[in-house]
Amino acid sequence: MVQRIKFFLLRYGPLLTTIAIFILAYIIGGQMYPTMQKPQVFFNLFINDGSLLLVSIGMTLVILTGGIDLSVGGVIALISAASAALLRGGVSPYVVIPLMICMGIAFGALLGWIIQVLKVQPFIATLMGLFFARGMAYIISLTSVTITNGVYKKLALTPIYIPFIPKAYIYLPTLVGPLILLVAIYLSFFTRFGRTIYAMGNNEQSALLMGLSVARTKISVYAFSGLCSALAGIVFSMSLLAGYGQFATGMELDAIAAVVMGGTSLSGGIGNIIGTLFGVLIHSTIVSILQFNGTLSSWWTRIAVGVLTLIFIGVQSLFYLKKKPT
Amino acid sequence: MNTNLLIKKFRESRLFWPLVAWILILIFNAIVEPGFFKLGIIEDPIYGRHLYGNLIDVFKNGTPLILVAIGMTLVIATGGVDLSVGAVIAISAAMGAVLINPALGNQLITNDILTKNATNTPLPLIILADLAAGTLCGLWNGFLVSRARIQPMVATLILMVAGRGIAQLITNGQIMTIYYTPYFWFGNGYILGLPASIYIVALVFLLAWWLVRKTSIGLFIESVGINSKSSYYSGINEKNVKLLAYTFCGFCGAIAGLILSSYVHSADGNNNGLNYELDAILAVVMGGTLMTGGRFSMFASVIGAVVIWTFTVTVYSLGVPANALLAAKAVLVMVVILLYSDYTRRFINRLFERRGSQHGTAN
Repeated sequence: MVQRIKFFLLRYGPLLTTIAIFILAYIIGGQMYPTMQKPQVFFNLFINDGSLLLVSIGMTLVILTGGIDLSVGGVIALISAASAALLRGGVSPYVVIPLMICMGIAFGALLGWIIQVLKVQPFIATLMGLFFARGMAYIISLTSVTITNGVYKKLALTPIYIPFIPKAYIYLPTLVGPLILLVAIYLSFFTRFGRTIYAMGNNEQSALLMGLSVARTKISVYAFSGLCSALAGIVFSMSLLAGYGQFATGMELDAIAAVVMGGTSLSGGIGNIIGTLFGVLIHSTIVSILQFNGTLSSWWTRIAVGVLTLIFIGVQSLFYLKKKPT
Repeated sequence: MNTNLLIKKFRESRLFWPLVAWILILIFNAIVEPGFFKLGIIEDPIYGRHLYGNLIDVFKNGTPLILVAIGMTLVIATGGVDLSVGAVIAISAAMGAVLINPALGNQLITNDILTKNATNTPLPLIILADLAAGTLCGLWNGFLVSRARIQPMVATLILMVAGRGIAQLITNGQIMTIYYTPYFWFGNGYILGLPASIYIVALVFLLAWWLVRKTSIGLFIESVGINSKSSYYSGINEKNVKLLAYTFCGFCGAIAGLILSSYVHSADGNNNGLNYELDAILAVVMGGTLMTGGRFSMFASVIGAVVIWTFTVTVYSLGVPANALLAAKAVLVMVVILLYSDYTRRFINRLFERRGSQHGTAN
């Protein structure tokens, strides 16, 4: 029995810590600022960080394979600028959205190909992707492009009321994040694809020797991250109803911090996607506490995220030290 | 035969690719913009007679990047990476600006203060505080990597995220303008007609070169980069070697921050040294140092940094907007990646070897 509890703690320790810290942070926030106890504030976490959640989901899978994707912020900027420019040019949103998604997937797959076939380090290759995407966004437009399209506005501003909770609502784009989260949970826990990801993250060489399709999985993982970034870009441009090359600066770091806070090891192979959800929630709880305070400036977010990342890395090494000697 | 050997040696040295890239960019400049290589002497009211021209500008404005690239080379050679250099630059710049700020608290900055070149702290103290702040950041990174055993990328990522927050905390979230003329010398001054910052870089480079080539530290760094565990077993204190590399990188970042804030006359926690970590890594990779650690060449990294900066100046002088430069840089990275990929290497080697063997048969 003791052995079982120990195993359970070792396995789910970081995840439980993440959830505990999220609840603790939220309760502290609620005690400090009673308005935070309203249910709507909880749903605002999802509304405000919808794109961060999407990006972090893709990032989790990439990090589980032992790689990293630094291009996400750039892809968001590119997608938002490109879609805004296309919409301004009079292209139908029903064409623009699928086109943008295809573009994101293609971009991710290309990066994956460079990493897998040309044997470039993920870090360098996706850095190139970040530079390229952001630069292209600026080439499309040097200033912010507003979106005036009716369909976009309608999609962005129609509230969906939550059943059983009075006066609580979310917007339609907010649903994309949780939806993709479900897809990612299915992919990572219940498919061969997911098992291959974990195997690759633990030891790519042995995964290859076991006959797993490492090359295909790696490229698909980066393509999936591209898909998530593209969706995040669409959600982002809907929430601001604009497109601009400067959007989502530093989002890749927030996403990595959220993934680490969610208990995923950056060396790959350990962690899961549910933790990432709570990592993102912790991030947005910190942001909303700072917003409720009002006097503290936004740079405290960065310091808080940095400190929390450090704490979680400490927690991780505490739990994984015996499991995976480095 | 001897020249063949020399050529082969040169082709396989780390300096080959960066130099080729630099020469290509310079040739491109010579064709597109005839005035690029023009050098002149100008009489400056403040700094006296000095040289001016695009090439001088490349070295003058590129010094922060060269400095950071020198520090980054050592870190990458130990098998790590330092993502926080941009934040360290911002912290060092903010430190300098805060100490200089003549108007404490709510006191207004009047014309009187501005013309008096007032400063709150004497200049040597400002420099010391700048260097101390950066070195401390480096020490922190080194501590996390060597003692707490956190992966380098993650450990320095923490300071990269939090560092810009700290820089803003120091300047209270404002962009601080500096009005203290002696401070401007680091980024704008001249010695014997050449920018002062070049001398600073040369000094740091010589110091680093002496450290790694005249003492055994360089060898230790390479051995730790190749295999940290076996270095440990052969009696090298790999922890302290790593600590030293990160601390030195922080030190370089601090000087870079000093020069950069002196050059732009201000400190901005958000934008000082933005993307420098990426440029520095690119410079080191261009210089042929592998990201996995091991053999390194600081001089090749310096040339890599010069290549990047020449490229930047070239793109600016073509009239490309500063923001779109990113895409141009990405193309540069793409070319570098392609050049360094195994396919291309093998292809080019085969090309050269075939020609070599033909010579052999002809003889």
